[in-house]
Amino acid sequence: MAEYQTQEHDVVVIGAGGAGLRAAIEAASAGCSVALVCKSLLGKAHTVMAEGGVAASLANVDERDNWRVHFSDTMRGGQYLNNWRMAELHAQQAPDRVRELEKWGALFDRTKEGAILQRNFGGHRYPRLAHVGDRTGLEMIRTLQDHGIHQGIDVFMEFTVVTLLKSGDRVVGALAYDRERGYFHAFRAKSVIMATGGIGKAFRITSNSWEYTGDGHALAYDAGADLVDMEFVQFHPTGMVWPPSVRGILVTEGVRGDGGVLRNSEGRRFMFDDIPDLYKEQTADSPEEGWRYVQGDKAARRPPELLTRDHVARCIMREVKEGRGSPHGGVFLDIAWIKEKISNAEEHIKKKLPSMYHQFKKLADIDITKTPMEVGPTTHYVMGGVRVDADTQMSTVPGLFAAGECAGGLHGANRLGGNSLSDLLVFGKLAGEHAAAFAKEHGAADAPAEQIDAAIAAALVPFEVSDANAEAAYAVQHDLQDTMQDLVGIVRVENELKEAIDRLAKLRDRARKVRVDGHRQYNPGWHGALDLENMLVISEAVARSALDRTESRGAHTRNDFPGKNEACGKVNTVVRKGADGAMEVQQHPIAEMRPDLQAIIEEMK
Amino acid sequence: MATATFKIWRGDTEGGEYGEYQTEVSEGMVVLDAVHQIQAERAHDLAVRWNCKAGKCGSCSAEVNGMPKLMCMTRLSDINLNEPVTIQPVKAFPIIRDLVCDVSWNFRAKKKIKPFKPREADAADGTWRMAQEDVDRVQEFRKCIECFLCQDVCHVLRDHDLHEQFIGPRLFVYTAALEMHPLDEEDRTGDLAAEFGVGYCNITKCCTKVCPEDITITDNAIIPLKERVVDTHYDPIRMLVRKLRGG
Ligand SMILES: Cc1cc2nc3c(=O)[nH]c(=O)nc-3n(C[C@H](O)[C@H](O)[C@H](O)COP(=O)(O)OP(=O)(O)OC[C@H]3O[C@@H](n4cnc5c(N)ncnc54)[C@H](O)[C@@H]3O)c2cc1C
Ligand code: SF4
Ligand code: SF4
Ligand code: FES
Repeated sequence: MAEYQTQEHDVVVIGAGGAGLRAAIEAASAGCSVALVCKSLLGKAHTVMAEGGVAASLANVDERDNWRVHFSDTMRGGQYLNNWRMAELHAQQAPDRVRELEKWGALFDRTKEGAILQRNFGGHRYPRLAHVGDRTGLEMIRTLQDHGIHQGIDVFMEFTVVTLLKSGDRVVGALAYDRERGYFHAFRAKSVIMATGGIGKAFRITSNSWEYTGDGHALAYDAGADLVDMEFVQFHPTGMVWPPSVRGILVTEGVRGDGGVLRNSEGRRFMFDDIPDLYKEQTADSPEEGWRYVQGDKAARRPPELLTRDHVARCIMREVKEGRGSPHGGVFLDIAWIKEKISNAEEHIKKKLPSMYHQFKKLADIDITKTPMEVGPTTHYVMGGVRVDADTQMSTVPGLFAAGECAGGLHGANRLGGNSLSDLLVFGKLAGEHAAAFAKEHGAADAPAEQIDAAIAAALVPFEVSDANAEAAYAVQHDLQDTMQDLVGIVRVENELKEAIDRLAKLRDRARKVRVDGHRQYNPGWHGALDLENMLVISEAVARSALDRTESRGAHTRNDFPGKNEACGKVNTVVRKGADGAMEVQQHPIAEMRPDLQAIIEEMK
Repeated sequence: MATATFKIWRGDTEGGEYGEYQTEVSEGMVVLDAVHQIQAERAHDLAVRWNCKAGKCGSCSAEVNGMPKLMCMTRLSDINLNEPVTIQPVKAFPIIRDLVCDVSWNFRAKKKIKPFKPREADAADGTWRMAQEDVDRVQEFRKCIECFLCQDVCHVLRDHDLHEQFIGPRLFVYTAALEMHPLDEEDRTGDLAAEFGVGYCNITKCCTKVCPEDITITDNAIIPLKERVVDTHYDPIRMLVRKLRGG
């Protein structure tokens, strides 16, 4: 029998980003005992990196804003594949969730009247993002963390969950190892909340960290849950491109929200060249109008740089492909130009975008108050995730809930900037509330001991590979990233997607044979070997879903199916593990939208 | 392409030694890139913490050629690569393995600090009004990424090991952010003098010098906290400073 320690709680939350922390706080306040388990130290999750802001229709800057506008913006941005009930709840509850952060100590930037300031972002009709300079995520995670540590939550830092535990159909816990010592721990629980974030590490050029290996997606899938919309991976239009070692690091959309413009090597603002019909009405037709918009002129319309991310990323790709790119294969993002318009430009930029200033200065020797930045698309976010019930956040497996980036539905085919941080808060809270309710209604149940023994044995396999020539996990991960980047990237085509699926199968054979040196204590070689399986599952889910969607919509672009297809617009792609263990892909019809919500969409057209 | 040599601490609670590694250096590389490259090429089990690779999460703290640094923000082009580059874990905390230390004390010590307690809301909808000027000061403190480099260089922790009597510069910054928060009504001065040991700080400013977020830890956070304490408690060093400054 394998050795492990057992922990008992009502609710186990996996992940301590914004979603996990918010969920844990809620479950604890409902009187549940809560374990919060995370791979890194507390406060280091991806949420800490978010820059631009959190979207909520507080209407502090433009009184015309309200939840109905936010709802319709989110649906338009997602090309109407969104779960409309989630989009409704999200738009309605985001303002309260943001105000609540202030009650817990967050200090957002202020308007002249002393209220929370809001900034412009792509796809949002009015200035809507509450922010703190360009470090909003830090403010948010620290607020939740500093509040959370006083709520009686048991925190398990640097613990990695390797499998969910089940009793019959129901999820009743999770098995983890602690990184520090490499011991195993069985977490028994009445309900489990998955809040593990995204999958961006499956691509070579990414703004995401080592944590983003899709663990939550893959573990939920293995436990029998549906994943939805996995073909929709967001490539953020502006990542750093030079020097090579920083390629992919994010440049916040806030740069464009504050007046930054995109130019090609000929100095042309190419974003004016292609404005989608869906946004014609809302987009400025001259640079002059665009500038007035970012200066707060309510009669002006948005500059085309603030179109949705999928579109901006494609325009950048086009410029580069047609030979009008920057020296290192990107385009130019220029905020320095605003000195033509305002007198204290340098100071203004440093105040509004301090960490961008710092990042370019330190890592690229570029002073953004003087010189344009070179930028290009980078893998950023996954719209797809665990399919959940909109009101409770429960997955298709009883007892398993999901929230934040690892849950799917809210964003449809493309997420608007700022809608993730608000997503974490709104659905983190709902998940916590309903997981607590589930825990109260259902007694404890135990996973069979053999399940735990088998999982531990599987996790230790890499130590038993005796072939001294066997490769380490790093090379396999590297090849997987190349496969996804080159064959399942921004622009996709059938034969490449099929090739990717073949290559992933071969990579799986390699992954099963990787060797680990040394012992179980804090051994990244071992951790990386275990992550591979998850990365392979989610990569396959992305590739298969992408193959199934024979149209181009939102973040999913098919060279062989360039336009939108009406029939495809009526379904979500769902993957699940079949009885034989193979991945099944299905099309799920989207439920018809409630008439009152339909009326909002019509009204805002 | 040039090659550089790195001497990286390999060891655990039982002891250890420097491992010597050579790897290729390309344009723009930071120390963390070199560590990752070495990990992928040869030292597969080399333990290191990181997340953002952009100076935002505070995970990758270490001592590079003896200087406390974020490895992800330290460019190789700023280091003399003709000599081996030494990388070791921060010293003020117990080692776990290689470059990874047990920093859990910081999390435990933070819990002792009384949490935020806001005054009644200003508006009927439960919100407050605050002027930007009034939040500027606290926003400086809230930039902290909890890299704990300031804790690492503070001699009270590093050399005198007074972890039980003294919470260290990072947590003074945290306390200052609470104490100077325009909405907060809690009083932490008693704790500062007694349990948190603000009196042990003799204003050497080493913490301020290493802070990657450029927080003026000593002048803006610690000295004002000392001043608050002085009103109610006798603090010898603070009195001395006042005398010297003629204040
Ligand atoms: C650079 C950058 C800037 C961004 N800017 C913005 C922005 O301005 N506005 C916006 O709305 N969104 C932004 N986003 C997106 C947003 O930050 C993320 O989508 C969001 O923070 C995800 O939060 P989360 O709570 O779902 O997950 P995370 O914050 O990523 O947390 C995931 C947690 O799960 C844990 N975990 C993962 N796997 C396991 C496992 N196997 N076992 C145990 N624990 C595990 C991790 O340790 C971590 O604690 C940005 C993203 C990036 C990368
Ligand atoms: S100024 Fe005070 S807190 Fe900072 S390093 Fe010196 S003694 Fe420590
Ligand atoms: S105050 Fe500065 S040095 Fe200290 S932990 Fe915070 S960011 Fe790091
Ligand atoms: S990796 Fe985040 S600060 Fe260095």
